[in-house]
Amino acid sequence: MSLHTLTIHEARDRLRRGEVSARQLTQAVLDRIQAVDGKVRGYLWLNPEDALRQADAADVRLPLGGIPVAIKDVINVTGQPCTCASKILQGYVAPYDAFVIRKLKAAGAVLLGRTNMDEFAMGSSTENSSWGVTRNPWDLDRIPGGSSGGSAAVVAADEAIAALGSDTGGSIRQPAALCGCVGCKPTYGRVSRYGLVAFASSLDQIGPLTKDVRDCALMLNVLAGHDAMDSTSVPRAVPDYTAALGKDIRGLQVGLPKEYFLPGMDPQVETAVRTAVGQLASLGAEVVEISLPHSEYAVAVYYVIATAEASANLARFDGVRYGRRVVGDDVIEMYSKTRGDGFGPEVKRRIILGTYALSAGYYDAYYLRAQKVRTLIRQDFEKAFQKCDVMVTPTTPEVAFKVGEKSADPLRMYLSDIFTISANLAGICGVSVPCGLVRRLPVGLQILGPAFGEETVLQVAHAYEQATTWHQERPQL
Amino acid sequence: MNYETVIGLEVHVQIKTRTKMFCGCATEFGAEPNTRVCPVCLGYPGVLPVMNEEAVRKTILAGLMLGCTINRFSKWDRKNYFYPDMPKNYQISQYDLPLCTGGAVGQFRLTRIHLEEDVAKSFHFERTSGVDFNRAGTPLMEIVSEPDLRSPEDAFQYLTTLKEILIAGDISDCDMEKGQLRCDANVSVRPVGQTQLGEKVELKNMNTISGVRRALGYEEQRQIAALERGGKITQETRRWDELAGKTFVMRTKEYAHDYRYFSEPDLMPVIVSDAFLAEIQRGIKELPEARRRRLVEQYGLPEYDAGVLVADTAVADYFEQAAAGSKNPKAISNWIMTELLPKFAENKISPAHLAELVAAIEAGRISGKQGKEVFAEMFATGQSPSAIIKARGLAQVSDAAVVEALCVQAIKANPKSVADYQAGNTAAINFLKGQVMKLSQGKANPQLAGEILARLLGGH
Repeated sequence: MSLHTLTIHEARDRLRRGEVSARQLTQAVLDRIQAVDGKVRGYLWLNPEDALRQADAADVRLPLGGIPVAIKDVINVTGQPCTCASKILQGYVAPYDAFVIRKLKAAGAVLLGRTNMDEFAMGSSTENSSWGVTRNPWDLDRIPGGSSGGSAAVVAADEAIAALGSDTGGSIRQPAALCGCVGCKPTYGRVSRYGLVAFASSLDQIGPLTKDVRDCALMLNVLAGHDAMDSTSVPRAVPDYTAALGKDIRGLQVGLPKEYFLPGMDPQVETAVRTAVGQLASLGAEVVEISLPHSEYAVAVYYVIATAEASANLARFDGVRYGRRVVGDDVIEMYSKTRGDGFGPEVKRRIILGTYALSAGYYDAYYLRAQKVRTLIRQDFEKAFQKCDVMVTPTTPEVAFKVGEKSADPLRMYLSDIFTISANLAGICGVSVPCGLVRRLPVGLQILGPAFGEETVLQVAHAYEQATTWHQERPQL
Repeated sequence: MNYETVIGLEVHVQIKTRTKMFCGCATEFGAEPNTRVCPVCLGYPGVLPVMNEEAVRKTILAGLMLGCTINRFSKWDRKNYFYPDMPKNYQISQYDLPLCTGGAVGQFRLTRIHLEEDVAKSFHFERTSGVDFNRAGTPLMEIVSEPDLRSPEDAFQYLTTLKEILIAGDISDCDMEKGQLRCDANVSVRPVGQTQLGEKVELKNMNTISGVRRALGYEEQRQIAALERGGKITQETRRWDELAGKTFVMRTKEYAHDYRYFSEPDLMPVIVSDAFLAEIQRGIKELPEARRRRLVEQYGLPEYDAGVLVADTAVADYFEQAAAGSKNPKAISNWIMTELLPKFAENKISPAHLAELVAAIEAGRISGKQGKEVFAEMFATGQSPSAIIKARGLAQVSDAAVVEALCVQAIKANPKSVADYQAGNTAAINFLKGQVMKLSQGKANPQLAGEILARLLGGH
């Protein structure tokens, strides 16, 4: 068995037993990247020498000691580029570590390099990158999902043992589903956002992409926790997320939201998800139908709130202090040339949408109204979680689509996130785990839990995973 | 036609805190450009703001001192506009739920006080511009008045009083030269009796309180003259040019910003608890006007004295410490105003020593003239008056038997003066008193000597 295919817990056991060194493990992963990343193109930036140096220095007794981890290009690491896959941040070198990076470093992880993404995390296919398209390791003609497409692809292709992503409307769970790995969006406030370049501040959350559920729990153990530098991070004790793994799920109430099985979805995807629900029932869970009546408004609400916040968050990219600058005759011309040249079309579209939604005369009709509906969506979940412990839904309505298939139609692209967006609006947690292959392409099962319900979500995900073999399937590259 | 001027002021005050509003950088004036900066106040990608509680505390303190309602729930908003001095191209401010509402400066009502972050400072060179971000993120309080002011003089009075209060509360040093207090004014004119307000003009770039008064004086005349000519006032922003003594158009209404305010998602709302409010209330400083009144009532000082003393909080504090144990607060006040005030910074005299000096003069232990000598030495050395009196052998002789013996001696030696006195020349007694003083080497209590001489010579 090649070292690059190991999970965190498998690699950790071998490292601790002294069967392999951290350098050997990192070298194996670097070799794998060398071999396949020309096809996958998951990485934007690598520093093999630095990775090996980190491996040599790693203390394998630490929680992630010697484990090579890939970082989405939206999280600041001192001394490394952080372009958010945007031309506008070309040349920017991060002067500080994100909170999660400090945690990973303290836990002994080896930071491999930076993964591709949709520009500023805006997209569902990683096609909106200024630096080229990442391919789905299961079918190189297809997209890996997005926006954390690079992170999902490198984990699926064994080019990293685990990766960090960020999830604003499904950007971890959707690519995890389409690439056949495990992706978790923690509860809003569970993981500090300090150092994550903001797309939509009230929705963004950093989370792990891993090869199995145990790895997801191990990563979460390191990432979670209060940070005084993030006022929205919650001062709440971090449990050992692996403690819930292996616990019986008999008697747990699993809610099935009726709004999440749409007529337009791929019937084979629906079959795979319904089969998974059956398996949970056979493990002793009680399946109950629930309703989230405001679901149909989630996409609309999301595209008002997320773009409004983004229009302000992205205003700082102006060529004055860092990144790319295109000179002009005066400051206004410098702004428009810098931003006109630096941002891609999807980012511009969203900045304009958000600016419009906040404008005098439109604010009440769009932004304010969207905030009210967001509250209704949150209340839907609060009510539903009185009836069930977790919810189960498809992560996406269909499997990975072909490169270019939806790029001309933003609205169709936006619907890829139809099942994942509500969790961000409600601030709750969720994971996607592999639950089938349709035409040799992975299908994801989304398990949602209430705020700070990560333990139960992981417990159910793990029980399901252990009862099936989907997580062991690997793409042929 | 007679016109009425209507003025409202927007005052920005830098709050005196050790660190910036949303990061840990020092708030320091005059440092090398861009040396008091970090990723947060430079608006780097991925950073987040953390609220400075001290700035919130001082804003609430200002609100309490100005009689505002303190809003128990307030929140942060983003004010969006592009400018190179604005690191994020949005300013974290407070829009619809400020920390304080209502209140007043003297008779002029306030609309609100909110907290925000200051911007950087731009410098324009011949062909390029530079930005110094040291100031970016300094806690800034915006105090907005109602359009209650009716003259440039009102504005002068408003600003003087406001400044005095903020300094007394240690909320800001209000040094306008350092940009710690900045004032914009909205001004309009209307015919007397008209209820509807005239078109307002916003004035900027006034760098002193008297500059504000001059600018408003110019602007009201400019507007009235325009109306008199049958012209119209357009809503615009004008810049005061101190040297020219005129205002010039900066931008007109078409260029008015749409700031697209929305709630700042990176910060939690500010909840002011009972305990926090009570703590601030305990630390509240007496307003200068109230202190003036109290000094008059409590110490029986003339209005004038109270005004002089209260003008400087440290001087007023000194007075009250000295007057606390004194039977003659007015004498304390006299010493402070005539002797101490011109050189208060170098003063070595403790309040207790000043009270002791006044008591020694009161009790006749030393004369008023000797008191001045003692005071001079106290000022120079910081020694106690009793130590100085003792060392110099200054204590006045008030023992009646001793003084009477000297008086008898003086009478015997000067029969002519005695005869003059008895012939009706009462002034002759002064000569005799002078002789008594001479005999006592200046130590005899002159008042006592006068009384004894009069008795010995037979009264008139």
